[in-house]
Amino acid sequence: MSRVHVTTTVNGDETEFLCDPRETLLDCLRDRLNLTGAKEGCGTGDCGACSVTLDGRLVCSCLVLGVEAEGREIGTIEGVAQGDELHPLQRKFIEHAALQCGICTPGILVAAKALLEKSPDPTEEEVRYWLAGNLCRCTGYDKIIRAVMDTAAEMREAV
Amino acid sequence: MALDDSKREFRFVGTRPDRPDGLDKVTGRARFGADMNAAGMLHGAILRSPHAHARIVRIDTSKAEALADVKAVVTRADFAEVPFKPGLAGEVWNVLENVMAGDKALYDGHAVAAVAATSALAARDALKLIEVEYEELPYVTDVNAAMRQDAPVIREGAADFSVPDDMHPNVVRRHESGHGDVEAGFAEADLVIEDSFETEATHQGYIEPHACLGQLGKDGKGELWCCTQGHWIVQKTCAALLGIETANLRVTASEIGGGFGGKTTVFIEPVALALSRKANRPVKIVMSRAEVFRATGPTASASMDIKVGMKKDGTITAAQGEFRLQGGAFPGAPGDMTAMCAFAPYDLKNVHQVGYDVMTNRPKQAAYRAPGSPMAAFAVESVVDELCRKLDLDPIEVRLKNAAREGTKASYGPRFERIGLVETLEAAKAHPHYAAPLKPGQGRGISCGFWFNHGGETSVSLALSEDGSVQLMVGTPDIGGSRASMALMAAEVLGIPYENIRVTIADTASLGYNDVSHGSRVTYASGLATIKAAKDAVRKLSQRAAAKWGIPEDAVKWEDGCAVPSGPNAGDFDPLPLAEITAEMGQTGGPISGHFEATPEGAGVSFATHIVDAEVDRETGATKVVRYTVIQDAGKAIHPTYVEGQFQGGAAQGIGWALNEEYIYGEDGRLQNAGFLDYRIPVASDLPMIDTVIVEVPNPGHPFGVRGVGETSICPPLAAIANAVSAAAGVRMRHLPMSPPRTLAALKARDA
Repeated sequence: MSRVHVTTTVNGDETEFLCDPRETLLDCLRDRLNLTGAKEGCGTGDCGACSVTLDGRLVCSCLVLGVEAEGREIGTIEGVAQGDELHPLQRKFIEHAALQCGICTPGILVAAKALLEKSPDPTEEEVRYWLAGNLCRCTGYDKIIRAVMDTAAEMREAV
Repeated sequence: MALDDSKREFRFVGTRPDRPDGLDKVTGRARFGADMNAAGMLHGAILRSPHAHARIVRIDTSKAEALADVKAVVTRADFAEVPFKPGLAGEVWNVLENVMAGDKALYDGHAVAAVAATSALAARDALKLIEVEYEELPYVTDVNAAMRQDAPVIREGAADFSVPDDMHPNVVRRHESGHGDVEAGFAEADLVIEDSFETEATHQGYIEPHACLGQLGKDGKGELWCCTQGHWIVQKTCAALLGIETANLRVTASEIGGGFGGKTTVFIEPVALALSRKANRPVKIVMSRAEVFRATGPTASASMDIKVGMKKDGTITAAQGEFRLQGGAFPGAPGDMTAMCAFAPYDLKNVHQVGYDVMTNRPKQAAYRAPGSPMAAFAVESVVDELCRKLDLDPIEVRLKNAAREGTKASYGPRFERIGLVETLEAAKAHPHYAAPLKPGQGRGISCGFWFNHGGETSVSLALSEDGSVQLMVGTPDIGGSRASMALMAAEVLGIPYENIRVTIADTASLGYNDVSHGSRVTYASGLATIKAAKDAVRKLSQRAAAKWGIPEDAVKWEDGCAVPSGPNAGDFDPLPLAEITAEMGQTGGPISGHFEATPEGAGVSFATHIVDAEVDRETGATKVVRYTVIQDAGKAIHPTYVEGQFQGGAAQGIGWALNEEYIYGEDGRLQNAGFLDYRIPVASDLPMIDTVIVEVPNPGHPFGVRGVGETSICPPLAAIANAVSAAAGVRMRHLPMSPPRTLAALKARDA
């Protein structure tokens, strides 16, 4: 099957790749662009480990085709820190030990960042329901929820 | 300082520094199993049986091989001949047979052939061109049905010596233990309850599917990158399955995205190597989630009969249990461990337990966090709870009255050393949760749990750099923050900052043999080895100081990262810091390293007590856990935050097992719910915060008192939640998971 040429913007940088039309955006990010921060945990949109933003909207990149990235803006975990300065969520996740194995962490950080941009003062219940599409098998979510709430509080103070 | 003295005052241990791999893991840089590529790499894919049980009459791979994109196809013929032996003596054969089917497909999802092609899509397309002719056979997926005389036989001759001749060939191992006279004990009781319980098979549910990248040349030398809990066992097993020498295969463990026992064996790794050997190119295989469910893990399912006798004052007079564990189409289900754990929290005069390991047409079970213990606790702690209700006794007081202590003869044989069960029960009794009022419709449950913990073969190497920084190499993959714990323990002995120690998970070519990261052994055994390797380095550092000062070696001691004279008579010298000794080490005798290799035997058993409040929706049967408290003995918490994390993670997995997770088989013997949508693990909105209390009763078998904490945390939840739901629903729940339909049926049966 002939490959399709796609031009897209990833974390602010314009880039291009060739892909099979059956390949998902997740496959293209990982295999074509070598951005392996997004993970495939299920391939069916159930686990959220592949979370990225597409024109600012949170999506499971395993449910988006690579060709759909044409002319769009993609945000991945690799673009969450600004140079060597971590996003407050990244700092708080380390500080709160909100990760054990760390496989779900990139997806959860991308999803939590999207939440805080929409809702800077979320309740615990809001955080739990927003992150309900991101599975974590190690932590029981306790320290993840605390890290997100603590980040939100710190970011509100900084404004 | 003697090597075996115990330490109770700490400078670094017990603090909560950032983990050394934190930055990599929050930025997406950490490399997991599927994140590695190689030049010229091919992609592998595996064809799997759609039948529960079938004879493989013929496999025709010619059409797939004819495709230009396909570079290799393998079947069982491409692996080594391995001798068949009964029971676990034949584990290498069992693993080979599971990795690639021989004469028969034994379960839905069993691998029958594999291809390597130039892309993952091409490999998947090629699978469709492989023709397999099957002759379908009768099958069985339920443990009790598999033991009946008319059950289909999975494989003759798989039973070992422990099984009586008159049992069905599907029963492959039997365990029996206990002491005293249970019949006499039951006769002394004021109340005897006898009941039966079932738990369904669950999957470890790690978010990272199995992934590997392997290369094997015609010269028998190979490289393998994979996500695993133990790369030496991968090395050894792959070498045996491919007929090469162990040392010729170098295995590197990637970062691991969860394991929980499920990544302690091999599935795709030997297949990637066999494909690579044939294609003469590196081959990467990544499982899909459906493959993970159909062909890896899961835990055993269980069917259990329990009988316990109690006096009116709460004294348990006798206890007995029979535990039938289903472990898929191979020996290995933990009937023995289930039986041995069942009554371990109790000091019993009369106890008797029997466990069976039974084969069915399901995937080969793998370890899952304290294998067997959660199921046993569910059955036993449910009966103890029912006795407390009927005799109107407080469940914590009854457990305290009968609790195992130091010197108790354990239900499974040995006498306990210093243990912390009573301390967890006292802490539970004093916890505000236990006294908090319940709302209408809510119920409270408590349970104790037990796990043996494990030592295992362990090698650690610690190398000092000229600038005084330290490279610590351990061989146990970090599955929950263990690099932080290792660095803390090394810092404690060396007296240098935590940040100056870099911990690496060494590959199989860089360090001696290490057992798998399992059995809650890492902080205990790799920790003990780290402490001893650091002490070995300290001894050598002290020798250099003694030589420099011209005083005897035993006139030097190590204090706060410096060599110092041991007393006024040793001489008057300024403290000599570690970095000053290492700066000169090239001229004073050469590089300084510390080593330790052994099989530590003092793992120290561990106990926990959990308290849970649950609310049952009477219209839907759905259960919500509203409050949860974990109280567990950690011996000594090296990094308390990650200890809490283990407590919380075990509780959460237990909640999933108790309320939702189960392998569902259809009439056709095929798995019906091989995906995260239908096999529902807890999500953030399902759970409350999980409170933790770390009890510290030092383990005499570890220099700092560590007991493993990873597994005990999943032992009490099934029982504690079942007791809470039974209280809330007003009916005894005997079958896990207590999914909404099952709970609704129990509520209706109660009202009928």
